[in-house]
Amino acid sequence: MNYTLDFTPVIDGLPDLLAACFGTFTLAIFGMLLATVIGIGGVVLRQSPLKPVRWAVIGFVEIIRNTPFLVQIFFIYFALPLAGIRLDPTPTAIIALGINGGAYAIEIIRGGVQSIPKGQMEAGLALGLHKAQVFRLIILKPALRAIYPSLTSQFVLLTLSTSIASAISAYELTSVSQRIESDSFRSFEVYFTVTAFYLVISWVMMRIFALFSARYFSYPVK
Amino acid sequence: MGRDEFLFLLIGLKWTVALSIVAFICGGIAGLAVALARTSGIAALERITAAYIAVFQGTPLLMQLFVVYYGLALIGIRMDAWAAVSVGLTLHASAYLGEIWRGSIEAVPRGQTEAAKALALRYISRMKDVVLPQAIRISLPATIGFLVQLIKGTSLASIVGFTELTRAGNIISNQIFQPITVFGIVGVLYFLMCCPLTIYGAHLERKFATSAH
Repeated sequence: MNYTLDFTPVIDGLPDLLAACFGTFTLAIFGMLLATVIGIGGVVLRQSPLKPVRWAVIGFVEIIRNTPFLVQIFFIYFALPLAGIRLDPTPTAIIALGINGGAYAIEIIRGGVQSIPKGQMEAGLALGLHKAQVFRLIILKPALRAIYPSLTSQFVLLTLSTSIASAISAYELTSVSQRIESDSFRSFEVYFTVTAFYLVISWVMMRIFALFSARYFSYPVK
Repeated sequence: MGRDEFLFLLIGLKWTVALSIVAFICGGIAGLAVALARTSGIAALERITAAYIAVFQGTPLLMQLFVVYYGLALIGIRMDAWAAVSVGLTLHASAYLGEIWRGSIEAVPRGQTEAAKALALRYISRMKDVVLPQAIRISLPATIGFLVQLIKGTSLASIVGFTELTRAGNIISNQIFQPITVFGIVGVLYFLMCCPLTIYGAHLERKFATSAH
């Protein structure tokens, strides 16, 4: 073995890599927002009185959860133009991330809503709280508290899976690192450094989620 | 899409299954070691395995595959894509399964360990005969859930250049220019592998939830 590690191309590419971290954050944040919207919408539709609507939501969740994200992103990438929607790879990746994360969010949020006993709501009304107050204080907050840990760890997984968006060459950390790698052939050095970047990104996200939780969901209830 | 193209996908499917089985079995063996080290009570060992798990859970699987693929070549181990990807997925699975099984080992009531100690059982017997049989039962739904994750994760081997189901789909789709059909079929094949496992996992979870009362 006479290979010497050479991190020069990584150091030279550092500004590009740091800029690409923001690309990753952009994908992650918009992906999370879309996933939350799909999650809440899906839960509402899942309780629809119409059977076909309920079945469509269940089918959507199971299809997404039982197929790889990479196949989903390819499918969406090729299907959107057929549907007349021409988008760049980055917005396409956000849509794919939102759809994928949304299916998991539906299951998580549904569990949270179910965890609120009906009697709690009735008790709130009996105490003379307004309907909006009951929803905000007695249903929404405890439900959010119940789902917060699983929803946020799902969001961290979503952030990590943004790396798969490199397969359709969306602008994010992995695709930029692949470019630096193919220019320099310093594969190990590049990917090792970028892996450390991801570790920091996911750690930062977990810290932010934990701080947020300590501020809003700590007992005693404010 | 003709018969030949479909057969090519099935060959890819065969490699996806092989990769999943190898990674699950090897990852399971390594994962058991991780879980035991993580619950060993030896501070240094617990800290090292905690870091190991945190690294694998905090980085994308795709990056792990890249680092293993190029890292192995770097330390002089010549491997084809199949072997490198198997090693990468095995390490990945060992960290996740290690964490799942740590949770299940800790979920076995402490009294069980204390009773086993009072009966003068040594560590190996205490684990093998008392704690692990109960822990395995507790961990089954999550373990099956991870197996589904792992099967889906093998699709990333295609990016490293190993021809499994997804890469077979890529190749065919580039040949016949029908990406929607090809990736639709690829998706259905993954679904047929994963869905029965998901249903079985959910069934076990319900069964354990009701028997716990």
